[in-house]
Amino acid sequence: MAYSDKVLDHYTHPRNVGSFDKSSSEVGTGLVGAPECGDVMKLQIKVNPATSVIEDAKFKTFGCGSAIASSSLATEWVKGKTVEEALAIKNTDIVRELSLPPVKIHCSVLAEDAIRAAIGDWKKKQASVEKPEQVEAKA
Amino acid sequence: MSTTSETGVKLPIYMDNHATTPMDPRVLEEMLPYFTQKFGNSASRNHSFGWEAEQGVEQARERIAKLVGATAKEIIFTSGATESDNLALKGVAEMYKEKGNHIITAVTEHKAILDTCKRLEKYGYRVTYLPVKGDGLVDLEDLKRAIDDKTILVSIMFANNEIGVIQPVEQIGAICRERGVLFHSDATQAVGKVPVDVNQQKIDLMSISAHKMYGPKGVGALYVRRKNPRVQISAMIDGGGHERGMRSGTLAVPNIVGLGKACELAMQEMPEESKRLAALRDRLRGRIEKELDEVYVNGTMEHRLPGNLNMSFAYVEGESLLMGISDIAVSSGSACTSATLEPSYVLKALGTGDDLAHSSIRFGLGRFNTEAEVDYVAAKMAEVVKRLRELSPLYEMAKEGIDLKKVSWAATPEH
Repeated sequence: MAYSDKVLDHYTHPRNVGSFDKSSSEVGTGLVGAPECGDVMKLQIKVNPATSVIEDAKFKTFGCGSAIASSSLATEWVKGKTVEEALAIKNTDIVRELSLPPVKIHCSVLAEDAIRAAIGDWKKKQASVEKPEQVEAKA
Repeated sequence: MSTTSETGVKLPIYMDNHATTPMDPRVLEEMLPYFTQKFGNSASRNHSFGWEAEQGVEQARERIAKLVGATAKEIIFTSGATESDNLALKGVAEMYKEKGNHIITAVTEHKAILDTCKRLEKYGYRVTYLPVKGDGLVDLEDLKRAIDDKTILVSIMFANNEIGVIQPVEQIGAICRERGVLFHSDATQAVGKVPVDVNQQKIDLMSISAHKMYGPKGVGALYVRRKNPRVQISAMIDGGGHERGMRSGTLAVPNIVGLGKACELAMQEMPEESKRLAALRDRLRGRIEKELDEVYVNGTMEHRLPGNLNMSFAYVEGESLLMGISDIAVSSGSACTSATLEPSYVLKALGTGDDLAHSSIRFGLGRFNTEAEVDYVAAKMAEVVKRLRELSPLYEMAKEGIDLKKVSWAATPEH
């Protein structure tokens, strides 16, 4: 099985590996997949509470080269986007960018899930730490 | 394509000798005359071209028989162990169907056995798949209990291709002999590597493959016992009655000559070679274990092929490992490396968790591997595992003291 150059690149030089403090209110954490499936992705975003822009992102992945590449790419793509813009990222975009073969498409789906999970987590945190200014900004 | 490492090791390194082996140059040399000079059909009885081809075949037959303690008449040539497995199971099932319809095998068998059994089940045969213990061995009490008055065949592989574990064939043979049941063993990984004796081990049928012992691909053999008891099988391929009516078709003379030579070499080299390979394997294991924690050997070390090492590297997935050691050829039990996205069923049968099955690597050392290669591989493995553990959320969680078995994993998140 030959890997695409982009997958190899992300694998050899993964972007944004690491972790944020899970408990921080600025951080959203998405943990998707399961060890029994051979794929677990943790994707974290650090969001500017005033602008809802994702200022930083980090990931860690247990999975094949395509899974690592998909999640690495995901962190690259979400950085600089607003939370709503990031939700628009589709797994098919990842497939295209990395030239994933059919048997690896599920890796891109998991990466998309990881983005959504991280955003979902962040949103949940915002809802429970509601401040008056934020309520106005959202409305 | 090939380069050299800093330590002078030629890359890429081949350490996947359970998948296939390079041909020994001496085998190739033995085969060559039979392509363009001694090219006759060994069944041509009336001229010298046929006779010299036949001579090559019969010499090969003798060599194979000698390696396994059989007589030449008991060796049937096939296209490989898969065909031999098919022929043994289907041939016995058909021939002995008046006697019974029950076959016993094990869950860790090669697909050539398991898929054949599935087909026989469709034809109305009953198959019992014995489980294995955590060490990979069949429980002899399970076997004894499973045999009933309709059992016609027990098929248990001599040595497993994934974990290298060697079954207690001699005891299995004794049990089968006592109960009047035929014993077939898929000895693809064992012949030429460990001592095999069909009489001592009371084996009635046995599958052999050339390309697992430095011979050519596309040829194998089936040992079929002629005495005590006399075994008969229905042919699966008809057309002229070659190989005592058991397998028709013009013999692949050069390939057969190659198989014979490979067996002769194996017989000569086995005592030395098995010691050397076991030492290399233990060296590989030792160096890896020195550098890394949370690595586990799959299957018992006590009854194992000398060149096999199958290890799981916790928190790191197998295919990503293989990608990192791109100049080393080994294989993995991870789902991601299989065409069907299923993790290794052999590791599963051992009770290894799926996560560790996904983290497994199979090293298969062979005749042409060197100590320098072993050292390179061990160092590379340690380097890549450490790097991937830095990327691994599971390793992070484990270091935080989280019990991964207690985590409820969300395969899909809530939005």
